[in-house]
Amino acid sequence: MNHTSHSEEAVYVYEAPLRLWHWVNAVAIVALAGTGYLIGSPPPSVGGEASASFVFGWIRYLHFAAGYVLIAGFAFRIYWAFAGNEHARQIFLPPVWRGRFWREVWHEVLWYALLVREPIKYSGHNPLATIAMHILFVWFTIFMIVTGLALYGEGTGMGSWQHTLFSSRVIPLFGQSQDVHTWHHLGMWVIICFVIIHIYVAVREDIMSRQTIISSMFSGWRTFRGNGTPRDSD
Amino acid sequence: MPPPVEEVLTPETFYEVMRRQGITRRSFLKFCSLTAASLGLGPTFAPKIAYAMESKPRIPVLWLHGLECTCCSESFIRSAHPLAKDVVLSMLSLDYDDTLMAAAGHQAEAIVDEVVEQYKGNYILAVEGNPPLNEDGMFCIIGGKPFVEQLKHAASNAKAIISWGSCASWGCVQAARPNPTRATPVHKVPGLPDKPIIKVPGCPPIAEVMTAVITYILTFEKLPELDRQGRPKMFYSQRIHDKCYRRPHFDAGQFVESFDDEGARKGYCLYKVGCKGPTTYNACSTVGWNGGLSFPIQAGHPCIGCSEDGFWDKGDFYSRLTRVHGFGIEADADRIGTTAATVVGAAAAAHAAASVVKRMRGKGGNN
Repeated sequence: MNHTSHSEEAVYVYEAPLRLWHWVNAVAIVALAGTGYLIGSPPPSVGGEASASFVFGWIRYLHFAAGYVLIAGFAFRIYWAFAGNEHARQIFLPPVWRGRFWREVWHEVLWYALLVREPIKYSGHNPLATIAMHILFVWFTIFMIVTGLALYGEGTGMGSWQHTLFSSRVIPLFGQSQDVHTWHHLGMWVIICFVIIHIYVAVREDIMSRQTIISSMFSGWRTFRGNGTPRDSD
Repeated sequence: MPPPVEEVLTPETFYEVMRRQGITRRSFLKFCSLTAASLGLGPTFAPKIAYAMESKPRIPVLWLHGLECTCCSESFIRSAHPLAKDVVLSMLSLDYDDTLMAAAGHQAEAIVDEVVEQYKGNYILAVEGNPPLNEDGMFCIIGGKPFVEQLKHAASNAKAIISWGSCASWGCVQAARPNPTRATPVHKVPGLPDKPIIKVPGCPPIAEVMTAVITYILTFEKLPELDRQGRPKMFYSQRIHDKCYRRPHFDAGQFVESFDDEGARKGYCLYKVGCKGPTTYNACSTVGWNGGLSFPIQAGHPCIGCSEDGFWDKGDFYSRLTRVHGFGIEADADRIGTTAATVVGAAAAAHAAASVVKRMRGKGGNN
């Protein structure tokens, strides 16, 4: 770390509410995936009197509770896209109408194909990450919220807002309840794949792109090692 | 033989038909209160049903049969209360039901034309089964013509259409993949006259549900309230699961792991052996079958979801997770998911290794 050419620049990227949301959301997703998997494939049967245990009831309760945490968080996140700094808007609105954006996406692809030496530095997400976040995170979260509420509304029943707004519209769209279950289940696996990529790339770029990625989500600051200013800092 | 015209113009009431068949007034009133109860109406509605049956002329019903197995009719004639059977059978046999009526051949087919003409906008068209559309409908011929033509003709002047059973409502087994005859549920038949359609799905539907739907239409002179998919809310607004007597075992986490295990003997929840109760909208767990005697789950067998759209195509009846088509091999959501996650994980690991190699090489060159 004691290079002679060392220069360091820092940008405040992630504001405190956004960082809090990120970690609450992460915990909610872990809880949702864990309990969701068990709802599809329940744990071994318990014995004793039925009134003495509530194992599956708890699994489902945790799933629904975590679901509501995720929904509340996502609603806040949308609000924060308006209220927060410019980085808070990034994953919601990738500038797909700009040629420069796509050229830089291509550059990122080459970077990940190990074909270019130096990555372009960005204080926020790089263009490829913006697209991945926009599709795999934003849209799949919306998909999971909509299908999740549709399935939840089946339990709360006709007349409940979940049923009126979601179940009664979403279920006919998919065919029947069983199909919504299957798609919701597949959605979980898409999110799991997203999480694997997200964590791998965060660790990799932290090391390879000479900028902080992981600690930024704790401190809010992104620092750059080496020369060059981030492309999107103007 | 079609009845003479005079008789058609002054039709009998249901009550008259029943009395003619030797049914006592006491039994008639019992039927009215039972029907009120099964429709979820208060006790004050029993006299209203009785009044309607006494005073209103029968609604003629044309009961057509397309591609089907007659299980709807079989269920219908086993309606728990014998009166319901008598009432409705006498109503139907006078008009058209090719399985139950005495008339046959040209005489029988003439009844359809007659009802369509004489009761314009006033008869109910009940459809059991569905028309196949491939080869111009040649896979189901009634009286020398494709069934789809008879269906469209009979629907032209109908007040409403009742789609009996899963065949007419969704397509059922003959519409299961790959559906060689292109069997098509009633509401999807192209060119069908625009009439209100009541779906009464089930394979078959519950007898009491069938008679109650007809009784409701007669009593209130309107169609029962339907959900977004066209099913009467009074019978299809809740899942089997919501009123299942084994639900406490589900919540407790007590499951049958395999048939004949200890859990099965104790009557635990059948979720893990593929019960579709949580995704099936029907009244089995409240109304029951064979006069409320039992229903599949009570007999120890998981619900197969027979009143749901495409229930034949969701994989075997004994697994919870749906088979997902289009992957060459049969796979469920978890198989697809673990495969995808493994591929992504392996790709990340390989990429990480490649990145390390590149970095080492880069360092070697730079430093």
